[in-house]
Amino acid sequence: MYDPATSVQGLEAVAAAHPENPAVKAALAALQGIATDAKFDRGELTLTVPRESIIAAAQAAQSAGYNFLEDVTAVDWYPSEPRFQITYHILSYSFKARLRLVVRLDSTEASLDSITPVWPSANFYEREIFDLFGVHFGGHPNLRRIMMPEDWQGHPLRKDYPVEGYR
Amino acid sequence: MSPLVAPEPITEDMNDGLEGMPVTHRINPGVEDVIADAARHNGADPTKDHTMVINMGPQHPSTHGVLRLVLEIDGESVVALAPDIGYLHTGIEKTCEAKFYQQVVPLTDRIDYLSPMSNNLCYCLGVEKLLGLEIPERAQYLRVLMNELTRIQSHLVWLGTHAMDIGALTVFLYCFREREDILRIFEGLAGQRMMTSYFRIGGVSLDPPLDFYKKVQDFLTRMPDRIQQYENLLTGNPIWMGRLKGIGHLSAADGIALGVSGPPLRASGVDWDLRRDMPYSGYDKFQFKVPISQDGDVWARYVVRMEEMHESVKIAQQALDGLPEGRIVADAPKIILPDREQMKTQMESLIHHFKIVTEGFAVPAGEVFQAIESPRGEMGYYVVSDGTAKPYRVHMRNPSYATLQALETMCKGRLLADVVSVIGSIDIVLGEIDR
Repeated sequence: MYDPATSVQGLEAVAAAHPENPAVKAALAALQGIATDAKFDRGELTLTVPRESIIAAAQAAQSAGYNFLEDVTAVDWYPSEPRFQITYHILSYSFKARLRLVVRLDSTEASLDSITPVWPSANFYEREIFDLFGVHFGGHPNLRRIMMPEDWQGHPLRKDYPVEGYR
Repeated sequence: MSPLVAPEPITEDMNDGLEGMPVTHRINPGVEDVIADAARHNGADPTKDHTMVINMGPQHPSTHGVLRLVLEIDGESVVALAPDIGYLHTGIEKTCEAKFYQQVVPLTDRIDYLSPMSNNLCYCLGVEKLLGLEIPERAQYLRVLMNELTRIQSHLVWLGTHAMDIGALTVFLYCFREREDILRIFEGLAGQRMMTSYFRIGGVSLDPPLDFYKKVQDFLTRMPDRIQQYENLLTGNPIWMGRLKGIGHLSAADGIALGVSGPPLRASGVDWDLRRDMPYSGYDKFQFKVPISQDGDVWARYVVRMEEMHESVKIAQQALDGLPEGRIVADAPKIILPDREQMKTQMESLIHHFKIVTEGFAVPAGEVFQAIESPRGEMGYYVVSDGTAKPYRVHMRNPSYATLQALETMCKGRLLADVVSVIGSIDIVLGEIDR
């Protein structure tokens, strides 16, 4: 069974706990000065990035060998703040490892820069987040609804949106 | 001709409730994408050039479901293309948040209805990773065996429909003959042909029935010859070659940049397969080759998938031969439903059964991303737990969704008829795109 004590939190603690892991070392070195927090839990590395530097973080991860953007998605932590957690999963073919970048956004400022200049594949993922969570991506080439109809009201994956919809 | 062919002049009363929205939204949503694209790529004013915007789908036999494509064409060649999706959006991710962890399994079947077992496996592995559960070897082997049969089954549907799009109707019937055999195996094992929900959190739901071994062995013995049959029908066929070779080219760099994975990426020369490179569910115990091709066209994708079917037969054979004895579920009575016999005779099992069914089981807080190699590419499940019995968030990274973004790169500058060929070759399932 899972033991919560195996989870490591903090940039220095993660670096100290995995001195021999090339994937963790490369990620920490590349995002030094950008990442504000780190977590290593269940074999997965998570780095927290401030919202201003997401493009810099994506570029740094890409040049460190994390070459394939697998997924961008969001989690709504309503009613607590910061409300939105934007999660990027990046895969490295050379390290055979995955990196998770996390950006936390307040509900009053639910917007950040699009990473489509770094990975064009972020296009649809960011549109999906815009559609279902209402988070705005600056610099996105075509930020429109993708799943829901154009005239839909509200953002269905927000936690304050009822599961059955508004009747 | 203007790209926006409005059926009637735009009048003020059409604006009701739509103030502030661009005109194009009202006429034809999706056309915006094409226009934005034309402006992005050549800087030309799209209303001044001699192209035409047409719709393909959502009710079109070659779009494999309800995919709508907005195409800007110049004569017969494609200038720009934008997929318009969402017609099958059912809010599965939202529904997952309202269910117990074990109740999500049947929902995952319905995302990609051609490979239900892959979805089941990916979700179960994700939750097992959250829980830290060890899965017995027998269950792992059964999972690998069923997954490879699913891959063959899914590739058979791809081959049949792809050939039918091109005009070779015969292959479709042969493919569905073999697919029927696999579905019968599924039915015997799980009680269901398509929406199997056979994999459960902690293992698999049932022990294989008595005639299971013979049925699967018969099928695996027969299958290599059958794959040869399809190849005899198609590979040397001049029409088939003419419609596939040199069409829909995708370079490896473009593929990675656009998020393409699985067979389409391997057909562009990227040697990457999660089963071999980041093994899960005991795939490291199996020997198999990862077929790749350097050509990057529709033909290369055909060749790669045909080879993959051969390899899947080999993996399934190894799994069947090496199927160990033992338990089919992990030893975790508070998470896995007890045996029916025990439940009816032992008080403790009855209590566990009652608790799991009525209250679910709590999963330690945290988040995991679990990816597997589905028939269409890298399928990933991102599961976030807040420590309760219901997932806080479930997100699916579906290979078709990302591959669809590369459609434009593959079709641009080619003939309209090639779009059909390319859609067939990327093997998308709209259920998993729209979710």
